[in-house]
Amino acid sequence: MTDIPFLSLAIWIPILGGLLVLATGSDRNAPLARVLALAVSVAGFIVTIPLYTGFDASTSAMQFVELQSWIPRFNINYHLGVDGISVLFLLLNAFITIMVVMAGWQVIQERVAQYMAAFLIMSGLMNGIFSALDGVLFYVFFEASLIPLYLVIGIWGGANRVYAAIKFFLYTLFGSLLMLIALLYLFMESGGSFSILEWHKLPLAIEPQVLIFLAFLVAFGVKVPMWPVHTWLPDAHVEAPTGGSVVLAAIALKLGAYGFLRFSMPIVPDAAHQLAPVVIALSLIAVVYIGFVALVQTDMKKLVAYSSISHMGFVTLGFFMFNQLGIEGALVQMISHGFVSGAMFLCIGVLYDRVHSRQIADYGGVVHTMPKFAAFFMLFAMANSGLPATSGFVGEFMIVLGAVKYNFWVAFAAATTLILGAAYTLWMYKRVVFGKVANSHVAELEDINAREFAFLGILALCVLAMGLYPFPFTEVMHASVDELLRHVAVSKL
Amino acid sequence: MNFVVPDFYPAAAEIFVAVMALVIMLASTFARSIARGLAYFLTQATLIAAAFITIYTMQGEVTYTFSNLFVSDLMGDFLKLMIYFSMAVALLYGRGYLADRNIDKPEYYLLALLMTLGMMVMVTANHMLPLYIGLEMMSLALYTMVAFDRDSARSTEAAMKYFVLGALASGLLLYGMSMVYGATGTLEFEGIAQSVYQQVANETVLMFGLVFLVAGISFKLGVVPFHMWVPDVYQGAPTAVTLVIATAPKLAAFAMAVRLLIWGLFDLAEHWQTMLMFVAVGSIVLGNLAAIAQQNMKRMLAYSGISHMGFVVLGLLAGVVNGDGHFALNAYSSAMFYAVAYVIMSLASFGMIILLSRVGFEAENIDDFKGLNKRSPWFALMMMFVMFSMAGIPFFIGFFAKLSVLQAVVAAGYFWLAVVAVVMSVIGAFYYLRVVKVMYFDAPDDISPIQAPAELRVLLSANGLAIAALGLAPQMLMSLCAYALLASR
Repeated sequence: MTDIPFLSLAIWIPILGGLLVLATGSDRNAPLARVLALAVSVAGFIVTIPLYTGFDASTSAMQFVELQSWIPRFNINYHLGVDGISVLFLLLNAFITIMVVMAGWQVIQERVAQYMAAFLIMSGLMNGIFSALDGVLFYVFFEASLIPLYLVIGIWGGANRVYAAIKFFLYTLFGSLLMLIALLYLFMESGGSFSILEWHKLPLAIEPQVLIFLAFLVAFGVKVPMWPVHTWLPDAHVEAPTGGSVVLAAIALKLGAYGFLRFSMPIVPDAAHQLAPVVIALSLIAVVYIGFVALVQTDMKKLVAYSSISHMGFVTLGFFMFNQLGIEGALVQMISHGFVSGAMFLCIGVLYDRVHSRQIADYGGVVHTMPKFAAFFMLFAMANSGLPATSGFVGEFMIVLGAVKYNFWVAFAAATTLILGAAYTLWMYKRVVFGKVANSHVAELEDINAREFAFLGILALCVLAMGLYPFPFTEVMHASVDELLRHVAVSKL
Repeated sequence: MNFVVPDFYPAAAEIFVAVMALVIMLASTFARSIARGLAYFLTQATLIAAAFITIYTMQGEVTYTFSNLFVSDLMGDFLKLMIYFSMAVALLYGRGYLADRNIDKPEYYLLALLMTLGMMVMVTANHMLPLYIGLEMMSLALYTMVAFDRDSARSTEAAMKYFVLGALASGLLLYGMSMVYGATGTLEFEGIAQSVYQQVANETVLMFGLVFLVAGISFKLGVVPFHMWVPDVYQGAPTAVTLVIATAPKLAAFAMAVRLLIWGLFDLAEHWQTMLMFVAVGSIVLGNLAAIAQQNMKRMLAYSGISHMGFVVLGLLAGVVNGDGHFALNAYSSAMFYAVAYVIMSLASFGMIILLSRVGFEAENIDDFKGLNKRSPWFALMMMFVMFSMAGIPFFIGFFAKLSVLQAVVAAGYFWLAVVAVVMSVIGAFYYLRVVKVMYFDAPDDISPIQAPAELRVLLSANGLAIAALGLAPQMLMSLCAYALLASR
């Protein structure tokens, strides 16, 4: 391994690049801002590639570790590192950022520099979240990433954007502040350390464990989001511009789920075991109930938003069964959902840019005017409903298998998602794409241009590749998930 | 009887500022034609020179002089430097504002300097008497400054309110001091501490005295239940004066709290901590809730200031747990860090109001910030830094201030206090977010470009960037606070 600090590069290239883009200023320089943003996002992706190629899949230890004292007064360190659980998310994040920059290329005509800069800075901050090994560092990135998304929803969002932006911010802030108290408690208990890896080894009595678990549950549960604290998500998704929705679905939701694996389960394993039934129950409610809610939506973005909640319920379900298939399936599902939900929102964005409506009822017969688009949309809709040979299938199948091991009825309830998911996605697809040409707007539609073809095409390749050959993904996470399960099985009491 | 000449050296800065105040008074009388500019520049020069003198005369160890009335220690020196700094910045921000309204008379700067001197005396007092004299010197200068725009009915009303309530609070404080004197037989902090430690003082009298002292301190910090003056005075005073009230005096009041409660009455910590607990919770809850309802920016910042001071008090009350003062230094330095961080943020927030104000127009409503991102993206960004910092969002200094205070509170075992504080912070975030919303999401009513003197623009930008830079690297300021307190004890 070389000494190049790839993790720092992955964090700071997008942030500093974002500031550079911001410096291009007014919309007179918009073309420059776009090109610069694309260059920065590509550079940001390139520096994450060595993280995968140089990754040693045979060990569960943290890799690419960087450790530097940051605030010695409280023993806070700039401590970065990735393991098999987190490394893929950095790649996913950097990759999705390129898609977002491309998707906003023509659509965003106002305050272009600020728009691009917000996404780039957010991308850097999220890389920070996935690689931070210090509690405060994690928290700092976790909170700071709210700011750009708040601005993105509020500035470029739809009619009700202010409500959605503030609701999004306050919900997440509430959860994370409770987590802050838990972090401070752990700091005190561990005798003055904010190191997450130290906390993994810290013995704790059951009572504080339960309280800490609940604090984390609120923080990460809001972010995932789990039922019943999910209501901010549909609002945020509907009001956000396409790029915002993509990042929100593809990356931001994963932060909460990642938090469960990095914090809740290893730091307070006994509480996690004890309260697992609660989490599983909440997850099943999300899967089944939210699945039904998705069925009745008339707004395409809302439908996909609810489908995201349902899919993320599947992820938390996978985690808390404490078996290899469940956790790995959930991780695969997270990556796949990153591609698929991102692609779904991009597809809806393509339609919205042309017709300026998200209502299913305003469409019909799109296939007649946009055949290429309809093909892509078909593929992503299939992936969203978990069709074999798409990435959506792999994760869901693994989780259902894991659930059968855990409890038959849980598996039974979880498996309904395969039906529900297909129902709401394909029904929407049918109403939007098939049938007679519904109105003059649809009749005047132009098919996707080269730029749109490019990003949908790349995503389609990813979805298919991951569905047909998921081994490169599961291989990386194997050792780390093994170690996590071993660790969680040992009581800390 | 021998007459001993006291050692003037440790008090060089105070003496210098006092002399300069007289010089400015004379100079502005004799050089009438250039008096305004002259007074301003002399005041700024005095503040800068005083900073150099303070640094030059800084001593590693604690030194007493003037028969133990005066103490020179690192905490005092550090706070004095912060006071010069915030006064200098506040005067610079306010200069154009005062000139536009034709109230930039030389007396204003003279009063500001006398007020600085009062705060310096408070910060370095080792005895109740100089403490009280310094406090009165500061307060009387402030009352006058609030009323400085004498044709404005609102300013006059605010000054009157401030004066009556302030005089009452001074009375309470003095009454408390007299009781402590009655119980312990001394006015010197060291002697009081000794007498309390040996339990020779009359407990009942001491306790009554303590209640009055806490009341007086609470008034000067502007915390619940002695907060009523804060919103009215902040709103009524000319913004340039509000800027002064909201910054340096908080540091002086903090020093007063440290000297009285920690230096003097540390062994009664259990008792005053309980009182401060009500004060802190009340301030954080009321400050944040009331701020939501405000349409006026200055009132909103006033309530937000109340809640911030609640956090400072939170740090002060987390020092001693079950008689164990092990974490005391940690807690007090967190409180001090919070106070300093608040002053830096507060300067920028009121500076922004001044920036947007013009002749005949006070940008004091939240709606006056509408669409600032379209008018001036740079200053909208700066204001956003300030607002997120005040809301306690990283990477800004406000977050680390909250972090260090909460850390002290959790270490002291007061989990419920920490939970109350963070829940109220979420509620508080709402009104800061609203300002960001107004700036970024709304269209401007007024698209005229911002007109402001270059020095205001530059310094305000530096102030905004400092909030972000200190958030990225808070270590130095944090350890300075900790070191200053450690070396003073």
